[in-house]
Amino acid sequence: MDAIRVENLTRQFSGFTAVDRISFTVQTGELFGLLGPNGAGKTTTINMLATLLKPTSGSAEVAGYNVSLYRDNVRRSIGVVFQDPALDTKLTGKENLEFHAMMYGLSRHERKSRLAEVLRLVELEEKADVLVEKYSGGMKRRIEIARGLIHWPKVLFLDEPTLGLDAQTRRRIWDYIKKLNKDKGVTIILTTHYMEEADYLCDRVAIMDFGKFVALDTPSQLKDILGGDVVSMEVEGDTAALLKQLKTLAWIKMIKSHDGFLSLTMEKGERRIPELITEAHQAGVSVTCVHLRKPSLEDVFLHFTGRTIREDLAGQNGRHRSAMPGHGRGR
Amino acid sequence: MIVNTTAVYVLWLREMKRFSRAKSRVIGALAMPLFFLVFLGLGFNRMAVPGMTGDRTYIRFLVPGIIGMGLLFSSTFGGLSVLWDREFGFLKEIMVAPVNRFSIVVGRVAGGTTTGLIQGVMILGISFILGFKISGPASLFLAILMMILIATTFLGLGLIFASLLKDMQGFSIIMNFVIFPLFFLSGALYPLDNFPLWLKYLSFLDPLTFGVDGLRGILLGASSFAVWLDFILMVFFSGVMLFLGAYFFEKSESI
Repeated sequence: MDAIRVENLTRQFSGFTAVDRISFTVQTGELFGLLGPNGAGKTTTINMLATLLKPTSGSAEVAGYNVSLYRDNVRRSIGVVFQDPALDTKLTGKENLEFHAMMYGLSRHERKSRLAEVLRLVELEEKADVLVEKYSGGMKRRIEIARGLIHWPKVLFLDEPTLGLDAQTRRRIWDYIKKLNKDKGVTIILTTHYMEEADYLCDRVAIMDFGKFVALDTPSQLKDILGGDVVSMEVEGDTAALLKQLKTLAWIKMIKSHDGFLSLTMEKGERRIPELITEAHQAGVSVTCVHLRKPSLEDVFLHFTGRTIREDLAGQNGRHRSAMPGHGRGR
Repeated sequence: MIVNTTAVYVLWLREMKRFSRAKSRVIGALAMPLFFLVFLGLGFNRMAVPGMTGDRTYIRFLVPGIIGMGLLFSSTFGGLSVLWDREFGFLKEIMVAPVNRFSIVVGRVAGGTTTGLIQGVMILGISFILGFKISGPASLFLAILMMILIATTFLGLGLIFASLLKDMQGFSIIMNFVIFPLFFLSGALYPLDNFPLWLKYLSFLDPLTFGVDGLRGILLGASSFAVWLDFILMVFFSGVMLFLGAYFFEKSESI
């Protein structure tokens, strides 16, 4: 059975379409990523799947239940870690977990063992009795991940799980997420605007922009669309002779040349560099510098949208936010 | 709709924990009523109150009014605290749980009523220190019942506003254009007999008018309306407010 099935899901906010007819399925046990800039509609999608927002049109099933018709069944089947902390900071970490466990109907006996278990998983046993307002950002995120797991959810939603965390904490969170998915078999949907996060964690990635999916595949296949690695060489000598020679090689997919700079697209670039240098030598050209670049999901995003996600972040992407008074946060 | 008792209990428990930890909140909630009681009570010491005889009539007249005031403020804020939960994100954790909305409303009202009642009883306790006397345990029991009705009425009102507003921006508007008018219209500080007729009729739309009048009838034996009538009207008001509060809360989108 598919963990999630979405068909033509759409959500509008007073005339503005935040999510525009997206369709996809997520298999049980999969780690699925929604990648895109702020305002792309990732959080709105999660909120609809988590029954917090009603879809304007289209349908979605989570763990076999329609999100509009069987809300409580959906709610029982999912765990959610929101983008902004959703903790009561005047309670301790353990009290937050206990609140959750009781809301989900765990018995006193179950609560005791389960709380200890999830606290151990995120290594917060020692801080369990400290008020959450004293927690660091990373600890808050960890206690929320622990909380999302208490009721044995079939599907776990993680909305920007490492947003605003330092590199070291991010690594740890990534490890927890992997562990949960691989060892415990929890289906995970995460949203992110970090390329390396989607690349490192996800089995499949949907690239989202302006409320639509522009691409959906495994990270490696998405990158293959670009045709492989780019080897750039700085050369001195008879460039024309070298170019002529390179054009006879079938494994070079694309050649660009400019003022003594060559830019060559190929697969497995690192294995081809020695050959390229030999070719240059034979043509009587000396190579002064070589640079190999593996394509990233950033390049994939650029390929499909003509923009980089980083540009969008730098420009703070006012287009969606300003159109939605009162809905600016966490979209 | 079935009430999920565990959910009600855990929401109530959360409110109790928060209340017991926020010492400043308890002190703040008591300070203003205490200042009103002491300064107005002393300042208007010699003012005659129609229908009341004996010594220090004004401060005695004032005590039920101040209890009503404390409940009005703390309960409306209690209902509005949904906005704080939305602001700090915790509302999402509540709303994504497999618990029906009605149980969430009941849990909040249970918590808010308890904290309101604690404050009301504390104000009454302070007024005992200032020399206020009641006739016996029966009137204390009836007074507590009336306090519960006042608390639930204004918790419902707070919930209505919390569901209609999306953030804390409208808070001061509610404070100035809802809570204060309700307070002044209720006759908590002065007898309504001096009001012009139109204003008097307007005050009949204010639930606190009957809440305070009921408390006066119970605690002082002097009231404008019969105590049973105050009770009936307050049961009506609290029922309507809770229903509307639950209705709007259910309808509003959680984020």
